[in-house]
Amino acid sequence: MKLHEYQSKTIFSKYGIPIPKGRVAATAQEAKQIAEELGGRVVIKSQVLVGGRGKAGGVKLAKDSAEAEQLATQILGMDIKGLPVRKVLVDEASAIDQEIYFAITDDRSAKKPVIIASAAGGVDIEEVAAKTPEKIIKVNIDPLLGMREYIARDVAAAIDLPREYWRDFTKIAMGLYEVYKNTDASLAEINPLVITKDKKLVALDGKMMIDDNALFRHPDLAEMRDTDEDAPSEVEARKYGLSFIKLDGNIGCMVNGAGLAMTSMDVIKLFGGEPANFLDVGGGASSEKVAAAMRIILTDPSVEAILFNIFGGITRCDEVARGILVAMDEVKPKVPMVVRLVGTNAEEGRRLLENANMITAETLADAAKKSVEAAKKGK
Amino acid sequence: MSILVDKNTRLIVQGITGNEGLFHTTQMVAYGTHVVGGVTPGKGGEWVLEGKLPVFDSVKMARDATDANATIIFVPARFAPDAMYEAADAGIPLIICITEGVPVQDMMRVRSYLDQKKVRLIGPNCPGLLTPGEAKVGIIPGDIAIPGNVGVVSRSGTLTYEVLYAMKNLNMGASTCVGIGGDPVNGTNFLDVLEMFEHDPKTEKVIMIGEIGGNEEEKAADYIASKMTKPVASFIAGQTAPAGKRMGHAGAIIEGGAGTAADKVKALEAAGVKVARHPEEIPTLLM
Repeated sequence: MKLHEYQSKTIFSKYGIPIPKGRVAATAQEAKQIAEELGGRVVIKSQVLVGGRGKAGGVKLAKDSAEAEQLATQILGMDIKGLPVRKVLVDEASAIDQEIYFAITDDRSAKKPVIIASAAGGVDIEEVAAKTPEKIIKVNIDPLLGMREYIARDVAAAIDLPREYWRDFTKIAMGLYEVYKNTDASLAEINPLVITKDKKLVALDGKMMIDDNALFRHPDLAEMRDTDEDAPSEVEARKYGLSFIKLDGNIGCMVNGAGLAMTSMDVIKLFGGEPANFLDVGGGASSEKVAAAMRIILTDPSVEAILFNIFGGITRCDEVARGILVAMDEVKPKVPMVVRLVGTNAEEGRRLLENANMITAETLADAAKKSVEAAKKGK
Repeated sequence: MSILVDKNTRLIVQGITGNEGLFHTTQMVAYGTHVVGGVTPGKGGEWVLEGKLPVFDSVKMARDATDANATIIFVPARFAPDAMYEAADAGIPLIICITEGVPVQDMMRVRSYLDQKKVRLIGPNCPGLLTPGEAKVGIIPGDIAIPGNVGVVSRSGTLTYEVLYAMKNLNMGASTCVGIGGDPVNGTNFLDVLEMFEHDPKTEKVIMIGEIGGNEEEKAADYIASKMTKPVASFIAGQTAPAGKRMGHAGAIIEGGAGTAADKVKALEAAGVKVARHPEEIPTLLM
C-alpha cells in the first residue's frame, strides 16, 4: 500500500524527522488560507500516488497567497499520469543548498533492509543511479541489530556530508529506520533531504510503501489507504481477498495461484489472445469467493470470453464449480466460458458443470486456444 | 536418494489441530510420509487421526519425545514467525513453512536468526516438498507425480502442479520437487536447490520454474553456466505481465531494472538452459 507524501511526512515528523511547515488542502480556497498562515511563499504539491509529479507540472512555487490560490486551482484540475489530483500539500518554501537522497527499503537479494543514499538527490536520482551508480551508496542492515549511530555516520561520511551535519543526520537516520520498522514499510524514502541555506536538514519530500501483509497489526495505517486511485474493480476484489489487476485485453481469467495466473495470461497471449485481467482466487477458494471473482470479471464490458483454469490442491475443484454455478445464476453471463479443472475433486467439479453449457479443456494450452477462439467468435 | 526429504524423514506438524493442518496431515500420512506427531500450544496430550498421532505443547517437547528431524508449519501468518523461531530453537534442522502472507520484515529477522543456527528453511508461502513414492511434506497433491530422475524446483505453487502433471502424462518422474515459495524473502533459493540436485546421484536432469521479479533466476543462471553438469529446462511465468507497481525510486535502484521475464529468459538461455514457451512444453525439452 502506498502512502501520500503528506501522510508519509506526518509519520516522519512523529519520529523526529524535520519536515517543512504545511498542510493538505482539497480546495484552492483552503490552499490560499494555508499560504497566508505560512507567510505567503509556499510550494503547492499535488498529492497523487505516482512519481514524476514535478516533471508533470504538479509541483509549483507560489510567491504569495494569491498566486498560491491560482496555482492550487490549476493543479487541482490536473490529471497526472491518468490520476486526477484531489488534494494538494501546501508547504512553506525552503531555500535549498543541497539535495540528498536517503531511503531505507527491503533488499530482496540480501534478505535484509538496505540504506540507499546519495549526495546527488532530487528529481534526477534515477538517472544518477543509471549513469553514475558510484554516486549511490548502499549499506545493508542486520534486522536483528537495527540501525546504529555508527552506521549512520558511515553513510554520512560516504556521501561527503560535512561533519557539522552528522549529528542531525544521525537522528534522521535513526528516526527513518524506526519509521521503516514500526510501520512495516517496504520503502521509507526522503527525496530530497535538503540542506537549507540556514544550515538545517529538512525532509522536503517523503514516500512510503507499507507491506500489505503486515496491515493486520497497523489498523491506523490501513485506514490511510486512498482507494480513490485504485480501479473500482480492484477495490471490490480486495474486499473478497482476491488478487486482481485489470488489463486491456478481452479474455477474462480466473486462476488459482499467482504463478499459474500469470502463466495462463502468458499462454493466452502465446496463442494470439489478450488477457483482460490477472486474477488469483487464492488457495482454498470458497464458492462465495469464486462468485465474487466472476462478477468482478464481468463488470468489464470488454470481456468477450472467460477462461477458468483451476489446478486443485488446497483448492477443491467441486467448490470452485459450485461458485461458478452460483455466479452464473446471479449474473447470467452472455460470454462463452472455457473451463479446465484438474487436481483435487476435479471429477466432481466437472460433473457439476456438465449441464452449465461451458466449453471444457484438458490441458492449459488447449484451454487457452479455445478461449482465444471463443473470444474471436464473440465479436 | 533424493534431496531434503525421503523415507527417513521424521516429521512433526506445527498447527496440527487446525483445519488446514489436520487436513494435510491426513493427506501426508495417507501418502506414506512418516509423520511422528504435532504441536499446538495448549493442546498437548491430545491425539489426532483416531489416536494415531500425539499432540505436544511445544516443538521441544515434540522433538524430545519423537526424535523428529523435520517440521512443517501450518499456522496463520501472524503466528508463523514465532513457529519458525521455536522450531529453530528446538534444534529441528529442516523447517518447511507453508503459511502465506508472512510480513517481509518478520521474514528478514527470521532469516537472520536461522542463518546463525544453520537451519534450513523452505518457504514460506510454498507448497512444500515431494519425493514421489517416499515422502510428501506439504500440500502438493501426491497423485500428480511419479518417482523418477528429474529434480523440480519452483517459486510457484499451482504452476508446479501443472508441470508435475505434464511430466506424469509423459511418464517422466521426479526425484524431488521443491517449492521454494514466491515471497521476496524466503529461506531457500534456486541456487541452494540447484546445488543439492547437482550433488544428488538420483537426479539426472532439472526443471526450474521461475517468475518475474527479483534476481534469483539470474543468479541461478550464473551457477548453471559455471558449475552445473546436469541439463536444466526452465519456464518463466509473467512474460506478459504489465510492468509491476514500482517500489519508488529505491525499488528501481535496488533491482537495477532487472527482474523482467525477458531478462531472465536471456540469462538462462545464455547459460545453456532450454526455456519453454508454456509449462506443458517443459518436460518435452528434457526428452
